[in-house]
Amino acid sequence: MSGYNFAYLDEQTKRMLRRALLKALAIPGYQVPFASREMPMPYGWGTGGVQVTAACLTPQDRLKVIDQGADDTTNAVSIRRFFERTAGVATTTSTAEATVIQTRHRIPEQPLQEGQILVYQVPIPEPLRFLEPRETETRRMHELEDYGLMHVKLYEDIARHGEIATAYAYPVKVGGRYVMDPSPIPKFDNPKLNGNPAIQLFGAGRECRIYALPPYTEVVPLDFEDHPFRPGRADHSCALCGAQESYLDELITDDRGTRLYCCSDTDFCASRQAPSATEA
Amino acid sequence: MAAPTDNSAPLLQVSGLTKLYGPRTGCAGVSFDLYRGEVLGIVGESGSGKSTLLSSLAGQQRPDRGSILWQGQDVLSLPETGRRRLMRSDWAYVHQNPRDGLRMGVSAGANIGERLMALGARHYGGIRASALDWLARVEIDAARIDDRPSAFSGGMQQRLQIARNLVTGPKLVFMDEPTGGLDVSVQARLLDLLRGLVRDLGLSVIIVTHDLAVARLLADRLMVMKDGRVVEEGLTDQVLDDPQHAYTQLLVSSVLQV
Repeated sequence: MSGYNFAYLDEQTKRMLRRALLKALAIPGYQVPFASREMPMPYGWGTGGVQVTAACLTPQDRLKVIDQGADDTTNAVSIRRFFERTAGVATTTSTAEATVIQTRHRIPEQPLQEGQILVYQVPIPEPLRFLEPRETETRRMHELEDYGLMHVKLYEDIARHGEIATAYAYPVKVGGRYVMDPSPIPKFDNPKLNGNPAIQLFGAGRECRIYALPPYTEVVPLDFEDHPFRPGRADHSCALCGAQESYLDELITDDRGTRLYCCSDTDFCASRQAPSATEA
Repeated sequence: MAAPTDNSAPLLQVSGLTKLYGPRTGCAGVSFDLYRGEVLGIVGESGSGKSTLLSSLAGQQRPDRGSILWQGQDVLSLPETGRRRLMRSDWAYVHQNPRDGLRMGVSAGANIGERLMALGARHYGGIRASALDWLARVEIDAARIDDRPSAFSGGMQQRLQIARNLVTGPKLVFMDEPTGGLDVSVQARLLDLLRGLVRDLGLSVIIVTHDLAVARLLADRLMVMKDGRVVEEGLTDQVLDDPQHAYTQLLVSSVLQV
């Protein structure tokens, strides 16, 4: 699209973003403030992720955008088209072929490789926010590694529900230092954060924060000795591809409460269906 | 009721502590030693500098002059990490208003467990067991462990705050008017409880109060403050029965007799 710089943002803004990204990669899990720009979409639609993606894209990149694992939902479609028009980069729905993947609340099922970049959209970057509303205090708590409060939340979960009921945005400790909110990914995805060969970048547009996990970073979910972390998953197999080990969406298919479970990762599901379709 | 002298080295040594608010004096030139198991009462009327002294001692605000030694170590030069660690391990602070000291959004059990978890306890069963144990010690029904403090009465909240503070076995407890705002019968029960805990656990306590009856019941030694300065100091019974300073005499004589 003429009249816009490559990938919409001007070069000075990208420079600012890249400096923040480099700092974030140098201190894994640390929230780096950045001067978030107004984007041509509302806050909550992934403005943080879009800015990070814009700063990472090169003309040779192949971009994939997912929303809750799906390539074909509104958020994913509109962001993908945004970069098709403003950057002219190739896009794909294939996890393996993408060099940059922007995601809202999922990590693809297919393991990522070195050289890939996974960009998360983050609504609330501060894991301590709902326990401690003051920003000055939460920054100080990060500074002093004063994280007892995080376990108070988990304690409260067990006391009320008999188990750690936090099912998404499950807090993790990064590299033995910073406690980080992995964005609202299901806790099923938490093990994939750990030791991932891809670069993982987190952008929170409204909150003006960027944080990152460099490749092969140790990421450990917080838990109790007698209530260890368990990645949760619906006890079904995918109705479309029969996958036993993928994360499932629950769909209500009629007015009588009939439920259908299918993979939340549409690319993973489609790639499993395709070979069986050709066999038949 | 005399201060135990078996531990010859004082736990806390304060000298020349001064806190100014601009041109006004918060407290000035306060010096004392506190020994293990000793309860020091600070009495005086409103505005006499009691609370300023307490918050300066407890590290909530930085005094302008003077020194505070905790077991021989200078507290004021501690880095923030060390100070916070001290505040939730060896020290404890009981606020006048339990809402300041409690986390109102989480259950009683989580309130008691918070200090344990902050010090690294990671065993849910263990934390819960200590919470139940401490609820029993402060005479709160074990069935209330998962209730939020907002569902508790004022007296129960104050007892919960005490449990939350004592769970890590602190050596020194700061108390700011712990019985303020409670009715007389609840006060009496709380005082009884506090006296028992202090004796059983061998706690050192610095308690600020304007209520001489509370001071008489709990404190081994008294400091009387007026206009930011200590005007009289001595054993509690001695100060209250035979006040020397004119202001102390006034204070003692103004207690209502029932």
